[in-house]
Amino acid sequence: MASAAYALSFGAISITAGLSLPQTCALSILMFTGASQFALVGVIGAGGSAWAGAATAVLLGTRNALYGIRLVSLLDVTGSRRVAASHFVLDETTAMAIARDDPAESRFAFWVTGLVLFCLWNLGTLAGALATQVLPDPKALGLDAAPPAAFLALIAPRLRGREPVAIALGAAIVALVFLPFVPPGVPLLIVALLVAVIGLRRAP
Amino acid sequence: MIWVPLLVASAACYLIKLSGLSLPQRLLLDPRIQRTVPLLPIALLAALIAVNTFSTGTHLVLDARAAALAVAGAAVLLRAPFLLVVGAAAATAALVRLI
Repeated sequence: MASAAYALSFGAISITAGLSLPQTCALSILMFTGASQFALVGVIGAGGSAWAGAATAVLLGTRNALYGIRLVSLLDVTGSRRVAASHFVLDETTAMAIARDDPAESRFAFWVTGLVLFCLWNLGTLAGALATQVLPDPKALGLDAAPPAAFLALIAPRLRGREPVAIALGAAIVALVFLPFVPPGVPLLIVALLVAVIGLRRAP
Repeated sequence: MIWVPLLVASAACYLIKLSGLSLPQRLLLDPRIQRTVPLLPIALLAALIAVNTFSTGTHLVLDARAAALAVAGAAVLLRAPFLLVVGAAAATAALVRLI
């Protein structure tokens, strides 16, 4: 049910950011990874180029690759099943799959969670987008101020401990420092580049 | 204009998920990858919050969105559900603009 609520607000935020109804729905069908979708429409809504939004979405999606490590032994998928299973590799499906002790139950949990989530996510997106489309002026309802709240709700569970909080504050400051000097959307890519340089270099 | 980047990003996000199930575990378990990848969402989401709250285009601004973020922060601390966090932020911005 929580995912339907996420999807509802995604649909609303996407339409407010200026995406069309087909574009909004296509994102939920094809991209199907929440934080990345919010990021793409967030960047576009803030005046950034669609390509900067796309790059940010992809960078946010990299964490999904790490879920594969946990899932690959549990799912034991090959060939066309792997092609289908990949679309469902998400926070929620991974959590449900690894919570089971029995491999057969894990697989069942993964596929059921994936399918239910996919349906809820797309129905929620459509409902949120349709409801927002009939509004004469979504900005009068403050919907353009909604993306930061969505990002805050998404980041909150990750901010346990001092290091993540320090990284979050540092990233926010770096983004704002570069903002006046580069095209909209680019500060996010600078932040990602810095994270990659620092993270990949630092001795273990 | 939006369609091409949208489709490219969707394809890339899918390939990332596929790579997790396909790439050698040795590569994905590399300590540098294990350390860096989880930092990306934290840094990017924080930067997105800052940029979407305190800027218009390439200008730093302080407006109703800052109040909306403060209310969203309070809602998150109170463990409010997602829709309430987003709704409270939007309502705050709308109210502040009315005043």
